[in-house]
This record gives sequence, structure tokens and C-alpha cells, in this order.
Amino acid sequence: MLSNLRELFRHRALIQTLVARELKARYRGSVLGFFWSFINPLLLLLVYSFVFTVIIPRGEIADLEPYAVFLFCGLLPWTWFSSSLSDGANVLIINGNLIKKVLFPAEILPVVAVVSNMVHFLFGLPILFAFLLFYSVPLRLSELIWFPLLLSVQFILTLGLATVLAALTVHFRDIKDLLANVLTLWFFITPIIYPMSAVPAGGRALMDLNPFAHLVISYQEILFYDGPFGHWKWLLALAFAGVVLFLTGYALFDRLRDSFAEEV
Amino acid sequence: MPAIEIDHVTKVYRRHGHRRQFATLKSALLTGSLVKHLRPDESFRALSDVSLRVPAGVSYGVIGRNGSGKSTLLKLVAGITKPTSGVVRVNGRVSALIELGAGFHPEISGRENVFINGIMLGLTRREVTDAFDQIVEFAELEDFIDAPVKTYSSGMYMRLGFAVAVHVNPDVLLVDEVLAVGDEGFSLKCLDKFAEFKRRGKTILLVTHGLSMVERFCDEAVWLDAGQNRTTGDPKRVVQRYLTDVEQAEDQHLAAEDAKVQQTPVTRAPPGTVSEAVVPDAAPAGLKADAPHPEAADDDEPPTDMFVAKEGRWGSGTVQIEKVTLQGDHGPAHVFHTGEPLTIRMQVRAAHPVDDFAFGISIFSTDGVCCYGTNTSIEEMESESLEGEGEVVFAIDRLDLVEGTYKLDVAAHKRDGSSYDYHRLLYTFRVKSRTKDVGIYRPSHAWSFTENVRFKAADDPSLEPGPRSPEAGDRG
Repeated sequence: MLSNLRELFRHRALIQTLVARELKARYRGSVLGFFWSFINPLLLLLVYSFVFTVIIPRGEIADLEPYAVFLFCGLLPWTWFSSSLSDGANVLIINGNLIKKVLFPAEILPVVAVVSNMVHFLFGLPILFAFLLFYSVPLRLSELIWFPLLLSVQFILTLGLATVLAALTVHFRDIKDLLANVLTLWFFITPIIYPMSAVPAGGRALMDLNPFAHLVISYQEILFYDGPFGHWKWLLALAFAGVVLFLTGYALFDRLRDSFAEEV
Repeated sequence: MPAIEIDHVTKVYRRHGHRRQFATLKSALLTGSLVKHLRPDESFRALSDVSLRVPAGVSYGVIGRNGSGKSTLLKLVAGITKPTSGVVRVNGRVSALIELGAGFHPEISGRENVFINGIMLGLTRREVTDAFDQIVEFAELEDFIDAPVKTYSSGMYMRLGFAVAVHVNPDVLLVDEVLAVGDEGFSLKCLDKFAEFKRRGKTILLVTHGLSMVERFCDEAVWLDAGQNRTTGDPKRVVQRYLTDVEQAEDQHLAAEDAKVQQTPVTRAPPGTVSEAVVPDAAPAGLKADAPHPEAADDDEPPTDMFVAKEGRWGSGTVQIEKVTLQGDHGPAHVFHTGEPLTIRMQVRAAHPVDDFAFGISIFSTDGVCCYGTNTSIEEMESESLEGEGEVVFAIDRLDLVEGTYKLDVAAHKRDGSSYDYHRLLYTFRVKSRTKDVGIYRPSHAWSFTENVRFKAADDPSLEPGPRSPEAGDRG
């Protein structure tokens, strides 16, 4: 398995090429093309801000202003996460002819799914920072140094899940449909549109079991809230869990690998 | 060191029952572990205990029927699937022409796809850049290389895929029936490319149904049959054995159909109950006498559409043809070679003694052309008496028909044409020939030339239908 992991690294040129292919193909034929990478998160932000300020006013929750910025801190990582998972679940099936007809390292396909969504995320970041500056939300270097680790944790966690989903979806196509609904639920049980402080005491323990909640809280603490980054212990724990999940997921993938060419 | 070594390889594909298709994650979780659920309901043995050695630099042909395991073998060598048991060893870089242009993305340009595809096949970006002009030139796509691949015709798509794959510069090239790429010109170019590989000492494993290609191009060949290695060695010998087997199988198939025919039909008009009047005209088809009869009107001319022309059997049944056997050189057969003898034997039985009778045969091609027809009364034989059982034999010394499938009418009838027992297109036989001449009839012929008209001697006399061939005497 370790040698397989090394293979993964060796294939970085291929991963790079395939990510580029995804990105190029994605907006081919649209008028705005590449700009959609910026426009998409903005529009999403607009929709949620509209819903939660005009249609369902939030009521009196402290520390949420400016709400758009708060929302953006959670929405952007969530989009990366959820798109990676839904793309990841399909990726082996969509690229079936590669797996069936050429000698192709299947394990790079989930990586490609996660990385190409990460690129969209990275394109969204400047907009987020522009918002932060515009609303003059204070940013501290002591907090920002955690940011790269935060990205890495989210990356490894997402990749682990995407790898598992990719392998299982080959055998159970139901996962595709199931996943869409699970992700919707997951979105609402994660403090993205509401702050953790709004969660009733009974729900907090449950919330602690939600790995993505810790990621979002970390984003919010680092970027949105003032004050020291207090969630770092959780983040480190999550980093560890992420690595374990990835290795387990990869082992499962490796185990099922030989069946892909026959089942896809 | 052999380039490809296949050592007692067995490949079992698991076939899951239909239940499996609807299995959900939930049921998998409820009924037990995933692994348990993934256990197959039945299995299919695509290859069983196949061993092969392909020495480096050899072009190796793989032939066999559909489903005999050829493509599985190729996939195993390519490393796409793993053997269930046994070992596959390949020395050197492999390029597989199994699916051309796999991984092309329709939305992006040919240029970008060449890079992606090349890297996918194991080249570095630099290597692709170096080979890029050659690839485009080979694919003949200079004018379209910057257009998205979705705008390509399927020929262009395949050509580009082929061009990339052959420029990977493999040590071992796996080819799966992809020579049907593009037009005649491009096919020739592909063949040239293969020849070049061969000259440069590369190993080629070629899976194809093009037997002449195997004979011409390969140094060795294997014939796979139902996942088993039937024979290996000299391609001509392997191809010959394969062809013989195919003919036997066809023969059996036709024999089985004949058996069905012989059992089923009772005369359309049951004997006795029907007057001769309803009986359609029954001169051997195409040679009909007078008195057109509505039902058999098409017997006047060769039926234009033989699928409409009713196959069947009719007649009064006074004289019945109980059994029809086709015989070649060596007993009953359904596949014959051009120039071989063909004997048609009919077992006949008369319900009561008759003195007015005639027997006829005619041969039709599949497109309904009457190739030949005759009967005893046309040939001015006067019937005298027939009682009880007897045999009628129609012997053809040389069946000078070109390759194809033919159908046979046989009939027993009165001399005025009304049928006793007419078997319409009920018997099928096939004629094989290694000469792909056209038409229906091959007259026995010879070419001769004056000195200043010269032809090269055939590269291999054993390819010619010589004495060892069943078509002996074919070319006089």
C-alpha cells in the first residue's frame, strides 16, 4: 500500500493535467468562461444573504454582523467539500472507459475531483478576503498562520471521504442519490448559516461529532471572529482523524481496485 | 527474455445475478458485510489455464471466435485486469491500442487532448511536445487540431487516438481489432506503422478476426477457443486449424437446422384430402412449365426476395421425400469447398405404386437468384414405375459456385408439374473458398501470359490452394 501511495505522488503530472482538463472543460462554451469561478460563490452568497435577511430574518443573534461575511466563511469551504464528494462519488463511473480500456491509475481520479474543486475554492478566497477588508474585519497574523493547516486538514478529510465514496459507488450506484440528500442534511446541521452559539446546549455534544462543524468553526474563528483561535485542539484532532480516514479509505479502495475494471 | 510471459493464467469473471443490480447499500449493510455481498452468484471462466510465451521482437497473433477470451488476454497483458490465478509478466513499456482516444475530453481541443492522452499513456510533457508534430501529421489533422474534439468525425477521433498511442514508443504493442480505423489510406498507414514497429524489433500482440492479416503479418499465433489455448505456432497452420474448426461448427449448425426441417413439416395439403388442383405448380423452381398458379406464381421467375418466398413443403404426398442428405468427399456435410463434389441423396417413398413422376432440384443463392435447376422430366427421362422406398441421387462432380450460402429445393412431382412433395428452400449449405472471387459461378479456368507480362511468384506457395488444400484442383 505504501508503494501505491508513492505511485500517487509519482502521478502528480497526470493529476495536474487532469485537473487542468476539468477546469478547462468546465466553462468551455460559456460566455463568461473562467469568471464563473468568481461569480458562482458570489451568487450563492447573494442567495443565502437574501433568504436569511429578507425572507427569514435572523432575529437577535449577537456577533453575526456583517452576516454576508460570516456566511461566506462557511459557505466557501462547504462548497468545496460537498462538490468534491458528489464529484468523487461519480468519478470512477464517469471515467469508466479509462479504467476499463487503458492502464490507468484509478486512485488519482478522486484526487482530481478534490483538487479541481479546491481550485475553485482558492479562486473564491480573494473574494472572501476582499469582503473581510471591505467590512474591515480585523485579521491577525497569529490566527492566519493556522490557515494553511486548516486547508490541509480539510483536504485530507475530503480526499479520504471521496476515495471511500468513489470505491463504493462502483458497487452501489445508490450512493449517488443518497449522497445528495445526506449532503443537504449535513449542510443544515453544520453551523454555516447560523453560529455555533445559536445551537441549544443539548445539540452541542452532537455537533461535536460533526467533523465539518469543526472545520467551519475554525474558518469562522480564524477569519471572522476577533480574538485568539481557540479551536486548535479540535483542528489537530481532526487532522489526525483525517489522516486515519484517508489511509483507511485508501486501503478500501486498494482492496476493491481489481473489481473496478469489471464493475464500472 | 520473453517480452510477454503468461503462465497458467485463469481469469474468472464474476457475474452477479439480477438481484445484485437492485442491491442497495442499506441491504448490504443489513445482510452482512460489504465483502460478503460482493460475492458473485455465478462465475464465468473467460480464460482457463492459458500459458503463452511471446519472445521479444515477435509479432504474435491471437485468433478465435467472439467470446473466446482474446480481449481478456489482451487486458491481462495490459495490466487492466488481474488474473484470477497464474502470472502475467511483461517486460518493457506497454502501449495498448484497445480503446482509441480513451480519455479524450470532447469539449477541449485536439491539441490539449493529445497532451492529456499522451501523459495518460505514460509520456512526459516534454516527450509529447517532441512528438506532437509527428502525431498530428500522422493523424492527418493539421487543420483541425485546435478544434474541440466533439466536432471531430468518428474517423478523425480514432485517427488521433491511434496516432497518440503509436507514438508512445512502446516495447510491447497490444492491438485489439483497431485496424478498421479511418479510410483505406489510413489503414495502410497503420499497417506500415506496425511493419515499422516490427522492423525495430518491438513485440506486437495482435488480436484480430482478420485471418489473412495474421498469416501475412505475424510470426506466431495462438488460437483461443472458449478460454483455452487450442493451438499455437506457425500462423498459417493455426489459421488453417481454426478455419477447419469453424467449418465443422457451421456444418453442425446447419445439420441441426436440417434435422429440425426434416422433423417438422407435414405436407401443407395433407395427403388424400386435397385434390391435385390446390397443389401449386411444382416444376423445379425457375423452370416452371405452363399453367401459372396463383400461389406459386413466383416460381415463374427466380423469387426476387427469398425471405418472402415461402420456405415450406407441400404436395399431395403420394410420393414423399423422407430424407435429404448432402454429401461431400467424406460423408454428410453442409460446408463445401468450391470445386468439391456435392451429392444430394433423397430417400423417397411411394404410398402406392405410381408411374407418373419426376424428381427435381434447384439451388438458390441467398439473394434469391436461382443458380441452377433441373428435373428428370426436363432431362427427358420417362418415368416408368415407383413403388415402396427408394433412393434418388443427384451427383455434382464439381461444385463450381463461389463462396456463399445457398439454399436448396428438392421436389417429387408429376410430369405435368403438380407436386407430390415439394421442399422449398428447406436445405442450406455453405460454400467456402479461399479465393474471394465474385459472382455465382466459377468456371474452371486458367490464366496464361506471354513472356513480357510477368507476375511475382506467390510469396508462400502453401497459401495457394495446393494439393493439401481441400480445394484441390481448384485452379486446375
